[in-house]
Amino acid sequence: MSQTTIILNSAAMHRALTRIAHEIAERNENGAEVALIGIQRGGVSLAQALGKILSGIWSLPVPVGTLDVGMHRDDLDRKVAPNMHPTEIPFDVTGKTVILVDDVLFSGRTIRAAMDALNDFGRAKRIQLAVLVDRGHRELPIKADFVGKNLPTAETERVEVKFSGKDDDAVIVEKNS
Amino acid sequence: MSWNRKHLLDIESLSAAEIMTVLDTARAFKAVGERAIKKVPALRGKTVVNLFVEPSTRTRISFELAAQRLTADIINFSAEASSLKKGETLKDTAKNLEALNADIIVMRHSASGAPHFLARFLQASVINAGDGAHEHPTQALLDTFTILEKKGKVAGLKVTILGDILYSRVARSNIWALIKLGAEVTLCGPSTLVPKVFEQMGCRVTYNVEEAIRDADIINLLRIQHERQRKTMFPSIGEYTSLFGLTKARLAKCKPDALIMHPGPINRGVEIDSEIADCGRSVILDQVTNGLAVRMAVLFLVNGGQGPQEVAT
Repeated sequence: MSQTTIILNSAAMHRALTRIAHEIAERNENGAEVALIGIQRGGVSLAQALGKILSGIWSLPVPVGTLDVGMHRDDLDRKVAPNMHPTEIPFDVTGKTVILVDDVLFSGRTIRAAMDALNDFGRAKRIQLAVLVDRGHRELPIKADFVGKNLPTAETERVEVKFSGKDDDAVIVEKNS
Repeated sequence: MSWNRKHLLDIESLSAAEIMTVLDTARAFKAVGERAIKKVPALRGKTVVNLFVEPSTRTRISFELAAQRLTADIINFSAEASSLKKGETLKDTAKNLEALNADIIVMRHSASGAPHFLARFLQASVINAGDGAHEHPTQALLDTFTILEKKGKVAGLKVTILGDILYSRVARSNIWALIKLGAEVTLCGPSTLVPKVFEQMGCRVTYNVEEAIRDADIINLLRIQHERQRKTMFPSIGEYTSLFGLTKARLAKCKPDALIMHPGPINRGVEIDSEIADCGRSVILDQVTNGLAVRMAVLFLVNGGQGPQEVAT
């Protein structure tokens, strides 16, 4: 039996994203050098949503890319090969402040892989990390710069983020009992 | 959909979903080849052996570069300069390579079934890079990848394979892949090289080249495999060209958006008119580029197939 709890509903998710966008704008005075990269798959739609809000705040277009970290994972010989999704970075990352966007921050291994993958595209001026949910249990020295919600969890629980811009968007925690 | 196989031995045993997994993965690896830094660490610390008991240049080089772009170490092993010439059996050669902790063995052999034989006793993954006249799975995968890339779909397309079908592992692998993905396959060539028995695989067989290519969306030309023919199967090369060669006059009657494919090496003026090989409808060099991406995908996937069979999240 599993028990599910809704942690954030659609409206709360949107408020969290708006707050993250304002924090990003506060931290980065020069909006022209900021670019967002959503990590496949959960980070992609969040990055697009954040990009839209930030474009409004700065009144200028904010470039948004996508990144698949599958080729840079550290568990490739321990698991079935991951499904690959498109990596599309339609801008030069060199000299930019790149904000990596993901839905859930857990072990930190995905972010490690993402930083390695990003390195092959150029030398970003700085990299920052925005996540909707930080559920703890880090296995690497990685910390998010912008967090939508800190969510203490047990390691065995599952955190699922549904985000497509519709009313049934939610952050759900599934407990196995 | 994920890939759970340790080996890639043939197309016949793959499902349509598994073929699509390879093609989807290959798309990601093609993008890697277009970057300034064309290398990813996915196979770091792994050893790949190219065991080419039958000579090959393009497939061997393609696998070699694919392995290097995945950061694997690669050894090339060719029959001419090896202990196979001194009487060592294939099994012993393979066991010796495994004793060097090879993780993936890419094998070409003139005997059908040789990679299946290795896969039965090796711990390493085995990739078939062509076994006799049986199969050449990565060629079929790169051909379907190219079709999908250029046409946006495979299902429902009319594909004509023209030339030496009987001795062609490329033809067999392509037929399996295309039929599994829902294409309509027509085979054409001299009746000695295109026996009717291929209809049992689900293709149409015709000996009229004009009719075979008239409605085709894809025309895949195969080279006459002189080295595999035990005796002459048709009177002369000149006669083959006049009866089955893709000439400008024949191409003029085809669909204007028909793609011309060829696995190489091409014999200009034999199965294909020299100008056609260089025209805008020819995707022969795209096939070479895509071959690299597909082989990276296959190396990547079989590597994952070696571990505990749990699904990655």
